[in-house]
Amino acid sequence: MYDTSKIVIGIIVFLAVFTIPFWYSQVSGDADEMPEIVIAPEAGDQCVEDVDYMRAKHMDLLNTWRNDVVRGADREYESDAYPGVIYDKSLTDTCLGQCHTNKSEFCDQCHTYVNVEPGCWECHNIVGE
Amino acid sequence: MSTLFGVILPYAAIAIFILGMLYKVIKWGKSAVPFRIPTTCAQEETLPWIKRKPHEKLDNPSNNLAVVGRMLLEVLIFRSLWRNTRAEVKADSQKLIYSGSKFLWLFGLLFHWSLLVILIRHCRLFFEPVPWILDVVENIDGMLEIMIPTLYLTDIAILLAVTYLFIRRVVFSQLRYISLPADYFALLLIGGVAVTGVLLRIFFHTDVEAVKELAMSVLRFSPEVPDQSISWLFYFHLAMVCTLLAYFPFSKMMHAGGIFFSPTRNMANTNRVKRHVNPWDYPVKLHPYHEYEEEFHDKMKQAGLPLEKE
Amino acid sequence: MSDEVASREELLKTIDYVPAKQDLYKPNLEFRPGTWNYPANPKKAELVDLPYPREWNPTDLDWKLPENWKEIILKGMEERLDRYRSLRVYLDICVRCGACADKCHFYLGSGDPKNMPVARTELMRSIYRRYFTVGGKLLGGAAGGRELTEDVLKEWFYYYYQCTECRRCSVFCPYGIDTCEITMMGRELLNLVGIGINWIVEPLSNCFRTGNHLGIQPHAFADTVEFAMDDVEEITGVKVNVPMNKKGAEILFVTPSADYFAQPHWYTFLGYMMLFHELDLDYTMSSYASEGGNFGLFHSAEMMKRLNNKIYAEAQRLGVKWILGGECGHMWRVIHQYMDTINGPADFLEVPKSPITGTVFENAKATKMTHISEFTADLIKNNKLKLDPSRNDQWKITYHDSCNPARAMGLFEEPRYIINNVANNFYEMPENTIREKTFCCGSGSGLGTDENLEMRLRGGLPRGNAVKYVKERHGVNILTCMCAIDKATLPAVVDYWVGDVEIGGIHELVGNALIMKDEQKPRTTDLRGDPLPGVEGSEEGGE
Repeated sequence: MYDTSKIVIGIIVFLAVFTIPFWYSQVSGDADEMPEIVIAPEAGDQCVEDVDYMRAKHMDLLNTWRNDVVRGADREYESDAYPGVIYDKSLTDTCLGQCHTNKSEFCDQCHTYVNVEPGCWECHNIVGE
Repeated sequence: MSTLFGVILPYAAIAIFILGMLYKVIKWGKSAVPFRIPTTCAQEETLPWIKRKPHEKLDNPSNNLAVVGRMLLEVLIFRSLWRNTRAEVKADSQKLIYSGSKFLWLFGLLFHWSLLVILIRHCRLFFEPVPWILDVVENIDGMLEIMIPTLYLTDIAILLAVTYLFIRRVVFSQLRYISLPADYFALLLIGGVAVTGVLLRIFFHTDVEAVKELAMSVLRFSPEVPDQSISWLFYFHLAMVCTLLAYFPFSKMMHAGGIFFSPTRNMANTNRVKRHVNPWDYPVKLHPYHEYEEEFHDKMKQAGLPLEKE
Repeated sequence: MSDEVASREELLKTIDYVPAKQDLYKPNLEFRPGTWNYPANPKKAELVDLPYPREWNPTDLDWKLPENWKEIILKGMEERLDRYRSLRVYLDICVRCGACADKCHFYLGSGDPKNMPVARTELMRSIYRRYFTVGGKLLGGAAGGRELTEDVLKEWFYYYYQCTECRRCSVFCPYGIDTCEITMMGRELLNLVGIGINWIVEPLSNCFRTGNHLGIQPHAFADTVEFAMDDVEEITGVKVNVPMNKKGAEILFVTPSADYFAQPHWYTFLGYMMLFHELDLDYTMSSYASEGGNFGLFHSAEMMKRLNNKIYAEAQRLGVKWILGGECGHMWRVIHQYMDTINGPADFLEVPKSPITGTVFENAKATKMTHISEFTADLIKNNKLKLDPSRNDQWKITYHDSCNPARAMGLFEEPRYIINNVANNFYEMPENTIREKTFCCGSGSGLGTDENLEMRLRGGLPRGNAVKYVKERHGVNILTCMCAIDKATLPAVVDYWVGDVEIGGIHELVGNALIMKDEQKPRTTDLRGDPLPGVEGSEEGGE
């Protein structure tokens, strides 16, 4: 006895399951559905820190800001990337208020893309929503 | 560099993994199963009035459905490992003492289930749009809601389990005796993947959006290393995952596939009910009755035993 | 007990589970007397055409291997890797989790780390890696491979004849890896270069020629059965008749030859005869197929087939309808898991049907062979037997599940049902030592020799320990079992580890309790000839 048919079925199931991501990416969405980030026209040409840092670690920065403000009433942030530039530690006023005015086109796009649900919006009301 | 680690290595690892799996499985499949040899771990089905409890029907399956049940128990909750005990002769009392020993079962189960959940969670980087089921898994795994970003239960579990599995090999002299370099290597590799993963998740964030762009481009067979920088820690994590993938089919980790091929587990105990054919059966030299009677004819006759030839 | 074996206390002191020898792959070549079996007698080996028969001795440096022994072994391995999925998969997938380690009776009794089932298999797995996997070919030792040397072969001999193929490890292995499969392959390979043990080769050689392991020729077989008839008459006053080589009988009865030639098997044999007489069963025994056991199983698949063939052949020649099998362990592994495959299909037979109760044994539909305990349990369930359990009151009984009927069949309830119906005092041994978790007697698979006594006693430690437990707790004085090797070897084991506990069979108890129609006067002794307790007053209402 070799059970060839069962083995063949097993191999097919294995291949099917393992390659789902390949098929799925072929049949769903556009190839270029990568988030297009929209920044408000009135925004300046630099963020609090440099872009690479912000892309990877903005959540760490916001988390620190929150703790500083809530626990230490410390509202002033001096940029590492741009020494001397001082920012108000505020997601609503600084980030969303001054540059990234369109949450759904700025924040949500990437968050949806990588499937994260930040807890920020449980407290921070969005202007215009 | 990023092309090597982000594109070439993953493609190579995936190719080796798939081909290696096929190679092994086909190799196993080409070996015959000459005999039906289930290990029967409960009463067999015999007389109708001998009633069997549900678990007995699985531990000694009398049909293919029960075999499926037995295999599921084996694969999903490690039925056989659940039986584990510790036995030791106590020289002073001159007794053999048995004690329950469920740690291997517990940490083994934690280890494997965590691996699975972590694998599923990672699918958020391979699926666009992300299916809702992944949210469910993530929310359950992150139900503690401590720390930002949320600490996953499986991250804790896998680190604990790998540590336990490693330490037992070092601490217990019997296990040290039977442990090979490959055993430590596999644990270190998976441990390394887990540790770098947790570091990336909790302490050293990298640009996840860029990581997903890279992953999706690889999946679409139009690889493109994103302009944004991805940290070396991530590439280290990925390189270890690739090593794991490529090593998998040629290592002891093939128990994942092998368990389905284990004749003591995947066969029904229908031995006396259904004929099982050995594909390489061949004729053997026999000692037929007539030769026997020829040799012992006179003695048989004297003893009054019936004969074919008087 | 043999003078050469240390006392119980001394032996226990030698068991140390901390491995002294730290290298798993350094061959262990200590052939201490008492731990191995004598090599096969070349004359006996020649009779069954075994390769390279010769005089050799494990303690000699030169084992007189054929010049191309390495080639033979590797070719043999390659062949078996293709023939046995079990071998290939089990050599590939072990993770060395160690769950099997303290499940082996030889490890528990010896502390020798290479008796951990995982280590026993590594002895072959290392060779497999070195010669049959890419990693091992390239990296050698770093990938867990090692060279096949004469020392490795010698070590195989030592450890593959220190495994009784009991399958207990396979119950606990998360992948069901069965060391029995590995040991079987190890022994087959060793036999390819003429390394075998006499306790296996001689019985199988005998069996091939005379029909039974003991080499009993047909006239002597007839004689011994007649002795048994006389014994029954002496004890019960009933003259029973055992048909031999009778054509046209309904049932062929096959039982291990020890049943009619050894103690305490004999009493079980008397029990069968009384039962069959009482039922007026139309059966026959056969001198040609006078062996239920099959030492070929311990040698090679081919030899197993050569010996087993006689059972179906004789059933066909005699024109019986079905086959009934006696109490035996490995015999039932062969019958249940191999017989139909190697020598079937037995289309000339009918599905076994009890002529007394009309029960059709559907579970033996293909193989057409029923276990006597299934047959007897069915009789009792249908109230076909008159039983007086008080005639077993001299016994406080426990029951030893034999490895093969337990783990290669699942025969647990029938014997217990019978015991509970024919006797009053039944006590189970601890849960870890019965049913699928039962321990081997330590002498199975052809290792039951006197020269191997120390190892047998070590292997018998877990069983001895469990018997001691029920003896101390319940006063158990008989260990019953359904295996000829158990019955032959457990007396030594139990004497050594416990003392004052007898070994007996299930149908001995049945024979004791069975009230026979033709019995004229109350029985005064049991089947062993020992006086029954309180015979005078206890017989009213018996008939």
